[in-house]
Amino acid sequence: MDLVHASIRIRRHIVTMSSVGRTPHIGSALSCADIMTALYFGHARLDPARPDWPDRDRIILSKGHAAATLYACLAERGFIALDMLQQYAKDGSPLAEHPSYGTIPGVECTTGSLGHGLGLATGMALGVRMNQSSARVFAVLSDGECNEGSTWEAAMWAPAQDLSNLTAIVDFNGQQATGDSRRITKLEPLADKWRAFGWQVIEVDGHDLTALCEALERPRTSAPRAIIAKTIKGKGVSFMEDDIEWHYRPPDEQDLRRALAEIGEASA
Amino acid sequence: MRDAFFRTLTELGIADPRIMFLTADLGFKLFDAFAEACPDRFLNLGVAEANMVSVAAGLALTGKRPFTYSITPFATIRCLEQIRNDVCNMELPVIVTSVGAGFAYGVNGGTHHGIDDVAAMRAMPGMTVVSPCDPRETVQAMQALLELGRPSYLRLGRAREPILANTDQPFELGVPSILQEGEGVALLACGSVVGEALEAAATLERESLVKPLVLSVHTLAPITGLAAILEQRHVRFAITVEEHIARGGLFEATCSTLMAAGSAIRVKGLHAPDRFIHTCHSQNAMRKKLGLDAAGIAAATLTTTCGGL
Repeated sequence: MDLVHASIRIRRHIVTMSSVGRTPHIGSALSCADIMTALYFGHARLDPARPDWPDRDRIILSKGHAAATLYACLAERGFIALDMLQQYAKDGSPLAEHPSYGTIPGVECTTGSLGHGLGLATGMALGVRMNQSSARVFAVLSDGECNEGSTWEAAMWAPAQDLSNLTAIVDFNGQQATGDSRRITKLEPLADKWRAFGWQVIEVDGHDLTALCEALERPRTSAPRAIIAKTIKGKGVSFMEDDIEWHYRPPDEQDLRRALAEIGEASA
Repeated sequence: MRDAFFRTLTELGIADPRIMFLTADLGFKLFDAFAEACPDRFLNLGVAEANMVSVAAGLALTGKRPFTYSITPFATIRCLEQIRNDVCNMELPVIVTSVGAGFAYGVNGGTHHGIDDVAAMRAMPGMTVVSPCDPRETVQAMQALLELGRPSYLRLGRAREPILANTDQPFELGVPSILQEGEGVALLACGSVVGEALEAAATLERESLVKPLVLSVHTLAPITGLAAILEQRHVRFAITVEEHIARGGLFEATCSTLMAAGSAIRVKGLHAPDRFIHTCHSQNAMRKKLGLDAAGIAAATLTTTCGGL
């Protein structure tokens, strides 16, 4: 699928799922929509028919609160049926507001508590390398997640193992749960922090699908790679962009109509 | 126990290429044999317990069988949420291993005392919790936990614990081992303090008419068959002995297990106090101070059986 069209479809799913499911975190889900599109529809080697294929690339959504984006990608890639998205956040559904390992094909691990994904991804990257697999591991982190000490424990250890099959992508939208992530902690200079920890750092516009793919495909050194993706929380829906309200508020029917109109149709 | 652990780890590691050993920068020289025999499967994560557990979980997701290792509070409570979400939630075969159960690191002070780890690990959904009493039981527990292949906690003492009597019998996860037959009263203990319970039982048999049953309750979660073992021996009083606080430890595990089985056996707990101990004591001195040595256990047994609880 064409990446631009894919990202439109993913965004349409996200706003619809959030509205129907009455779930929060829509801003976070829209923020990483292009990053996840670049992975699932561009760069990553996946086979929906074989979700346990040992040589598959692993994508870990460390910012598990953006689960709607993950589920939408898995559905559009054929890991799960598209109509399964209607079950998102419903009673008895396998699609909880944070992803849970073992529930549906394609969810590589349980996430939802921040600061776990990079360590998990590091272990996986080492494990697949030991298994002499060509698989690569991608962890998608939030910038708020860079508050967690455990993120930096992993960030300091992974380069010591020369994990060149590991990529961390920070969805740097500048906002966390209660405010500006650049003010709550001394987050900046974020790229320099990763560089200083021994990562091959690429800074990119996190909504430029071509630039994201180029960053993912760039030749690697022996170091793990960190892609600092500058993004906008709520990207794609003007009244949600950069408004932290949408970390909490689900769109009502009118919001949904407006949002879908702004996102547009994938076939357009 | 620690030496038995590393010796067995090396033997098992040579035989099973899935086995990995992850340390948070502890075990100086102790892990050398494993690291030499299985260099790719030895990982020092640095002083970073949270990442150690997450990495172990990631490795388990690629088919490995990792042991994580540190001193008791650091191996468990320091990284509790990683154990919860990355290991237990995903039901992965990671064996969280701690060294320094109870007051094994007594003189190191309260930061190093393993007196609340069992409670924390027993609170983890699906976690199998094992606190062996001697080197022989340690080896058996390692084999059993590897075979189990599920989230597990292995609580080791330190070094030089003696091999105890009758720990050469078959080991079954969950089922307490009978180390000495007896009747009427039972001493239930876990960890190396089982040795004190055995010594107390010998004293009681020699100096009074009491011949207690002595159990190593090596598995603290889940516990199976305990009520039947006790009732077959007409036990009326069970005395639990542990280097751990009462809350969440052997005492509470025994009480809840027996109550759930509808047992009328009365339980007396000998355990660490519900606070930190700030003065410096070796393990033996601490046991004596807290009445967890053989003399204290024997005295409490007599008081309990003669005077009720």
